[in-house]
Amino acid sequence: MVELAARKHVQFILSKAKEKNSYESVLMEHIRMNGHTGCQHDSGGFGGNIGHDPHILYTLSAVQVLALFNKVDVLDVEKVANYVAGLQNEDGSFSGDMWGEVDTRFSYIAICCLALLHHLDKINVEKAVDYILSCKNHDGGFGCTPGGESHAGQIFCCVGALAITGSLHRIDKDLLGWWLCERQVKSGGLNGRPEKLPDVCYSWWVLSSLIMIDRVHWIDKEKLVKFILDCQDIENGGISDRPDDACDAYHTYFGVAGLSLLEYPGVKPIDPAYALPVDVVNRIILGIKA
Amino acid sequence: MGSDEEEQWVPLRNRPELSDVIPVQQNDGPNPVVPIAYKEEFRETMDYFRALYKADERSPRALRLTSEAIELNPGNYTVWHFRRLILEALNDDLQNELGLTENIAQGNSKNYQLWHHRRWVAEKLGTSATSEELRFTKKILSIDAKHYHAWSHRQWVLQALGGWEEELDYCHQLLEEDIFNNSAWNQRYFVITRSPFLGGLKDMRESEVCYTHNAIVARPENESSWRYLRGLYKDDNLSWVNNPQISSLCLEILTAKANCVFALSTLLDLISHGFQPSQEFRDAVNALQTSDSEQTDSDVAKTACSVLESIDPLRANYWKWYRSKHFENA
Repeated sequence: MVELAARKHVQFILSKAKEKNSYESVLMEHIRMNGHTGCQHDSGGFGGNIGHDPHILYTLSAVQVLALFNKVDVLDVEKVANYVAGLQNEDGSFSGDMWGEVDTRFSYIAICCLALLHHLDKINVEKAVDYILSCKNHDGGFGCTPGGESHAGQIFCCVGALAITGSLHRIDKDLLGWWLCERQVKSGGLNGRPEKLPDVCYSWWVLSSLIMIDRVHWIDKEKLVKFILDCQDIENGGISDRPDDACDAYHTYFGVAGLSLLEYPGVKPIDPAYALPVDVVNRIILGIKA
Repeated sequence: MGSDEEEQWVPLRNRPELSDVIPVQQNDGPNPVVPIAYKEEFRETMDYFRALYKADERSPRALRLTSEAIELNPGNYTVWHFRRLILEALNDDLQNELGLTENIAQGNSKNYQLWHHRRWVAEKLGTSATSEELRFTKKILSIDAKHYHAWSHRQWVLQALGGWEEELDYCHQLLEEDIFNNSAWNQRYFVITRSPFLGGLKDMRESEVCYTHNAIVARPENESSWRYLRGLYKDDNLSWVNNPQISSLCLEILTAKANCVFALSTLLDLISHGFQPSQEFRDAVNALQTSDSEQTDSDVAKTACSVLESIDPLRANYWKWYRSKHFENA
């Protein structure tokens, strides 16, 4: 079988970071150089770049990047947490920004962010969980709002938020697990909805959800590993959505993260709920020093 | 708006209406790690945008500038935000916004900002926007019938503004085009459970079972139609088990001996909820055994699990688990 071309993928990502507007590297540079975070807004939230309005998406990214580098203490944690908590609506849902777009993605982002900052106490967790459960469908999956079609990406968000808040007992894991394992197609890859094409990114969304509900052994893991490895560009590095397509940083990340969840040798373990390395999560959530 | 986009682009510094504006350049920090190579047109537009945004100038010229900035980069949500602030201040005709978002959708209909903007506009326009929003989403769905943003927007329109009357027909039309379209099945479920005109799940169940029966017979390998059928009995296992239409549908598919995964799993589901299979079911399931399935078991459920393990090998562990959980409680 083809092996993981780890060195090539590292080179691929480094080359991408040089040629593109890499948000993370810009952010990190500002932290190192100025000791403050240039993208942080007065409200406590983060924008996608200097001068951009704050959004919960970029706020979680900022917290995750800082968590990776053990630099969360450069933040005014209280202020960031207040910004995120302020986006919770009366029904328990979360908006992405002051303009009010609601989506279960934002529920996950808020809960993940606040857990990393040790400030889940700032929101009404019970209402947040109830809202997520109101987006559960008869097939066991979750959509973006109540009645929205089940989609593996939304399922990751909902299951992740339920896992972080200790609420997984409130879902039918067997029903959801069957829906998730039906996402594996003959090639071994996973799709995100019935009759859609397989895509490496679902190695993350589907697998992480299956792991969180203890049902990952229901799929054929070997075939999935092979599918991911077949999506590599062995010569130039990088991983694509499907074999022989063009590679990008997004699918390279999800391919490697998927292999990590599949315990591929040599890849560091990743936490399925926080999408951060297990040692980082242990340090932050459990206070275990590496 | 939009009509002048085909005219030749005039650099902003040469436009009389902007002569008093001092452009503000992007601050990438003293030593940008990754200097971004912007196109001149984009750079200049954003420099002028930044100037007006910083001055919080909510004027017609600022509104025009946001259109240009959005067309150059529809992903910049700050520009969209500012546009809404200007629209509110000027009390401008919101019909223009529908044209703008439709233009953007032609380039990339999966842009989150355009849908969010569209909803903001429709919310302000109220029920007068209903038919236009249903038409717009229909147009997007005619290109990609599983477009998640379009479905999400359409569900919001129905709930916030109405327009339910023809939605079930629309679902039917889409399922005629592609019976495997899970989004259309989901919308159908959304309509029968939430439409104020249909009386809810229980009232719709009988006719929906017939509809789904036909869909399943036509394509028994369709995961979506089987799940829809099960969904019709959400929280009502007793009716699920006791409706002979369900078990006879399973038997019909099993007897045809092709694409039996969902028929077998539905039979197992029925049995696990108390259904007592007759000899006909035993015969049909036994007839499905292949040379590599385990030997015939007197228990039809266990035999069904063995058949599934061999015809659905990707999920063999699931079917093994299913057998041990439901049928090996000795």
